[in-house]
Amino acid sequence: MIKNLICGAFALLVCALPGTSLAESVKIGFVTTLTTGAAVIGNDMRDAVNLAVENLNGKMGDLDIEVIFADDGFKPETGKQVTDKLVKSDDVDFVAGYIWSHVLLASQKSVLNADKFLVSANAGPSQLAGKLCHRDFFSTSWQNDQTPMAMGAVLSQRGVSKLYVMAPNYAAGKNMVAGVERTFEGEIVGKDLTKWGKDAQLDFSAELAKAKASGAEALFVFYPGKAGGAFMKQYEQAGLADKLPLYTVFTVDAISLPKLQQANMKAVLGSLTTGFWGPGLKTPQNARFVEGFLNKYGRYPSFYAAQSYDSIFLINSAVEAVGGDLQDRDGMRAAMEKADFPSVRGSFSYGANHFPIQNFYLLEVVADRDGNWTTEIRSTVFENHQDTYVADCRL
Amino acid sequence: MDGALIMIQVLNGLQLGVLLFLLAAGLTLVFGIMDFINLAHGAFYMLGAFICATLALWLDSFLLAVLLAVPITFGIGVVVELGIARQLYQADHLEQILATFGLILIADTLVQMIWGPEGLTFALPEILNGQVRLFRDVDFPVYRILIISVGLLVALALYLVVSHTRIGMLIRAGASNRRMVEALGVDIRMLFTLVFAAGAAMAGLAGLMIAPITEASIGMGNEILIVAFVVIVIGGIGSVQGAFFGAILVGLIDTLGRSFLDDLLGLFLSHQAAETSAPAISAMLIYILMAVILTFRPKGLFGPRTS
Amino acid sequence: MTKRGWWFAGVMVLGALLLPFWAEYAREPFVLDVIIRLMILAIAASSLNLILGYSGMVSLGHAVFIGIGAYAVGIPAYYDLNNGWLQLAVALGVSGLFGLLTGLICLRTRGAYFIMITLAFAQMMYFIFVSIEEYGGDDGLVIYARSEMGLGVDLNDNNQLYFLVLICLLAVMILVHRLTRSDFGQVIKSIKINEVRMQALGYSTFRYRLVCYVISAMICGLAGWLLGNFTGFISPEMMDWTRSGELIAMVLLGGAATVVGPLLGASIFIGVETLLPEVTLYWHLYLGILLIIVAKFGRGGLLGWWTQWLRGTRS
Repeated sequence: MIKNLICGAFALLVCALPGTSLAESVKIGFVTTLTTGAAVIGNDMRDAVNLAVENLNGKMGDLDIEVIFADDGFKPETGKQVTDKLVKSDDVDFVAGYIWSHVLLASQKSVLNADKFLVSANAGPSQLAGKLCHRDFFSTSWQNDQTPMAMGAVLSQRGVSKLYVMAPNYAAGKNMVAGVERTFEGEIVGKDLTKWGKDAQLDFSAELAKAKASGAEALFVFYPGKAGGAFMKQYEQAGLADKLPLYTVFTVDAISLPKLQQANMKAVLGSLTTGFWGPGLKTPQNARFVEGFLNKYGRYPSFYAAQSYDSIFLINSAVEAVGGDLQDRDGMRAAMEKADFPSVRGSFSYGANHFPIQNFYLLEVVADRDGNWTTEIRSTVFENHQDTYVADCRL
Repeated sequence: MDGALIMIQVLNGLQLGVLLFLLAAGLTLVFGIMDFINLAHGAFYMLGAFICATLALWLDSFLLAVLLAVPITFGIGVVVELGIARQLYQADHLEQILATFGLILIADTLVQMIWGPEGLTFALPEILNGQVRLFRDVDFPVYRILIISVGLLVALALYLVVSHTRIGMLIRAGASNRRMVEALGVDIRMLFTLVFAAGAAMAGLAGLMIAPITEASIGMGNEILIVAFVVIVIGGIGSVQGAFFGAILVGLIDTLGRSFLDDLLGLFLSHQAAETSAPAISAMLIYILMAVILTFRPKGLFGPRTS
Repeated sequence: MTKRGWWFAGVMVLGALLLPFWAEYAREPFVLDVIIRLMILAIAASSLNLILGYSGMVSLGHAVFIGIGAYAVGIPAYYDLNNGWLQLAVALGVSGLFGLLTGLICLRTRGAYFIMITLAFAQMMYFIFVSIEEYGGDDGLVIYARSEMGLGVDLNDNNQLYFLVLICLLAVMILVHRLTRSDFGQVIKSIKINEVRMQALGYSTFRYRLVCYVISAMICGLAGWLLGNFTGFISPEMMDWTRSGELIAMVLLGGAATVVGPLLGASIFIGVETLLPEVTLYWHLYLGILLIIVAKFGRGGLLGWWTQWLRGTRS
C-alpha cells in the first residue's frame, strides 16, 4: 500500500515535469521578467523573440524552433531556479534573455557548467566581460560601461564643464557613473546614488533641488524601467528643462516614451541619449525588424527588443552553420564568434570576451512624422568601440 | 548647503510626511481599534492611483478623477471589510499577517491582469504643472504645495472628527476599550466598517496624489507600506496624533538624510568613504530611529504608557 | 508520537533516502534540486516555528539569518577560504551573535511592536549588504566553490549535498522535538500562555525567551549556510521582509507549534511555487487565495485539519 503511494507520488512528479525531447527541434530557454512592474521590459523582449521566430518561419535549418519563456520575477534567486529547470528538466540547447545583471550573474554557472550556450540579450556586467568570461557565453547587447562612456565623450565635445550625476545605487548604476567619469573631462559637481531594488526611490525632489543649486551646466542620469518615466516627470515639474539640459542613458526609450507622451511631458523632447542602436538605424535587418514590430504590435520596439531579436538570429546562424547538428558545439561556437548574421545594428564583430565591438550613436528625442515620440540618430560617437574589461578575459 | 536648499528640502520632507500620514492614519486606526494588522493596506494606495489614472485618462479631467476615485476606493474598502477583513478581527496577529500577505499577492496580480504590468501615468493640468516662487530664490512645484495643503487639511479634519464628534468619541473609546463600547449598545460593526473604509479612502487619496509625480505601478503600495508601519510604531499604535508626528518626523529625516548626509559625513570621513556610505545609511536612518525609540519607549512616542 | 506516526516517519525517511537513486535512474536531476530547496526551507521554517509557534514571538525579519548564514559561505569563499567547518562556525556564530544583540532590544517589546522591530533590524542588514560593493552589493555575490568538508565528502556532488541537507533536517526536527518536550520547552510554552504567572513563579522569562530566540537564529543560520552552498549565489534580496513573510506562511500552512508542520508547510509552498507557474503566469493569485483560506479556516494548518479529521472519524 505504502509502496504504491510512493510510486504514485513519483509518477506524479514525473508527469508534472515535461519529459525530454527528441532532437527534431532546437530548444531555446528565454529568461526574462514577466511579472512585477518590470514585466513591461520582459514583454517587449518576448514580443521581439516571437517576431524573430515568425520571421524565420519557425525553423532554424530543418529544425523547428521551440522557445520556452521563463519568468525571473525580478529576483536573482528565482532567475537561477528557472534557469536550472530549463537546463536540467527541459534540457534546452540554448539559454538566452536576462535583463538584469544580478539575475544573469546568479544564473550563468547553471548554464555554462551544463555545457549549454548562454546568450545575454541585455545584461552586460563587467565580471562576464572580464574575469568570468566564458567560451560559451555571448552577448547581443553591450558591456555596461560603454554607453555612458559615449555620453561622457559627447558631454566633453559639447564643452560642458560642470556636470551633475544621478543613478540608482546598484552595480549597473555604479557602472554607468564610472563609465561617464572615465570619458568626461570636466568637473563633476555633484553625484547622487538613490535607493534601488524592490522599494526603489521614485521621488527625486530632494536630489533635483540639490542639482539645481549645484551650479552644474548639465545633468546626467541613468534610470531604467519605470523610474525613468517618474524621473522625467519630476524633471519637468521642477522646472529644470530650460535651466539644466538633460543627458541620459537607458532612461528614455521606447518603453518610457509613449507614457511620457501620454502625460505630455514635453521637456523630454530634444534631450540627448547614447546607444548602440535606434529604431531609425539604416540597416536592412533593422528596417525589417522595426517595420515588423510596428505592424504586429502597434508600437516602436525598445533596445531591449532589438537585442532579443538579434539573439535569436545569432542562435540561428550557429544552428545553420552546423546543419542542425546540435552536438557539434565547437562548430556552433565558431559560427557565433564570427557574428555572421544579419544584425539590426549592421555588421559588427565579437571581442575575445564575446561582447560586440560596435558603434555608439548620439540620439535625440523627437516626434516622428505621425507625431509619435521616438529617438533619432544624430551622429556617431564611437566607431567599433570595445569595452575595457576584455583585458581581464583569458580566452 | 545654503538656506534656500534646506528650505526646499524641508518642504520636500513635509510632502513625503503628509503622504505617509494619509497612509498611516488608516493603518493605525484599524490596528488600534480592531486590533487588525493589515499588511494589504498599501493595496488601497495602489488602487487609488490606478483608478484615478484611468479616470483621468478617460474623462480628461484630473479634478473629476480625484472626486470620483476617492469614493470608489472608499467603496472598495467597504467591500473588503465586509468580505474578508471582518472575519479576521478575532483572529490572532499571525493569521492576520498570513491573510493580508495573501491579499497583497491577490491585489498585485489582479492589477496586472486588469491594467497590465507597465503602470499608468497621466498629465497634470497646466495650472498645477508649474513652479511658484516662495521667497527670493526659492522655487517650488505648485503641485507639491497642493499635496502638502491637502494632507494637512485632511489631518486637521481627522483631528476634529476624532476629538469633537460623536463618531470620534466612539472611535477613541473603541481604541481604548472595545468591549465597553459594545456593551453600551453601539453598533460596533458599522463603526468598524466606516473606520476601515475611511482608512482605505485616505490611502487611496495618498496614492492618487503621488501618481502624477511618479506613476501608478504594481506593488507601489507595498514599498511605502513598510515605512508607514515604521511611522505608526514610532508614533504609537492607535494614536492619530502619533501617526501625524511620526509621519512628519520620518518624512523629514528620510528626505534631509538623503540630501545632506553625504556632506555631513564628509566632515568626518574621506570624500570616498562618505560618498559610498551615505546612501546606505540614509536608507537605514528611519529604521535606526525606530529601533532607538522602541529601545527607550517600547510602545512608541504617543502610545499608552507601559503599566 | 503514535505507532502509526512512527511508521509514517520511517517510510518518509526511507523514501527520502532512495530519492537520489530514483532521480538518477529516471534522469530527473531537477527533482533533486527542488527537494533540496524544500528541505532547506523546512529547516528555516522549523527555526521560525521555535519562536513563533512555541513561544509566540512573531518575527517578520527571520530571513535575515538565512542571509547571514549564506554570506558566511559567500564572503570566506570570496577570499578562497572554502573550509566548510570554518564557514559553518561563522554562520552559526554570527547568526547567534546577531540574534543575541538584536534579541536584547527586540524582546523588550511585545506583540505588533516585536513584529516591527524584528523587521527593522532585518531591513538594516539588508541595506548594509546592499551598500557593501566589495561583496556585490545589490547584485549579490556568486559563490564559485561549495564548502569543503573533508572526510571524503564532496558537496559539489548534488547527491552528497542532498544527504547532508537531509541529515541536517532530521537533526533539526529531532532537536525541536526534544527541546520542546524538555523542561526548557515547558517553560517557553508556559510563557506564551501566561508570562506574568511565570514571572510570579520566579522565572526570568526574558532570559528564557532570549535563549530560545538565539537558538532559533542559529538554526536559521544553518539553513542559510546550506542555501548558500546549494544556490551558489547570495544576494541581500534573500533577507527581504517578503522572504520572512513566506517563512511565516510555511509555518502556518503546515501547522505552528508542531514538529512536522514546518516541513509540511515548506512542501506545500515549494509545490505551489514549482508547479503553478507552469499552468499560469498569474499563479500568485492562487497562492494568495490559499493563504487567505488557511488563515480563515485553517487553525493549526494542514496538520491541524488532519488531526481534527482523525478525531472526527474516531468519535
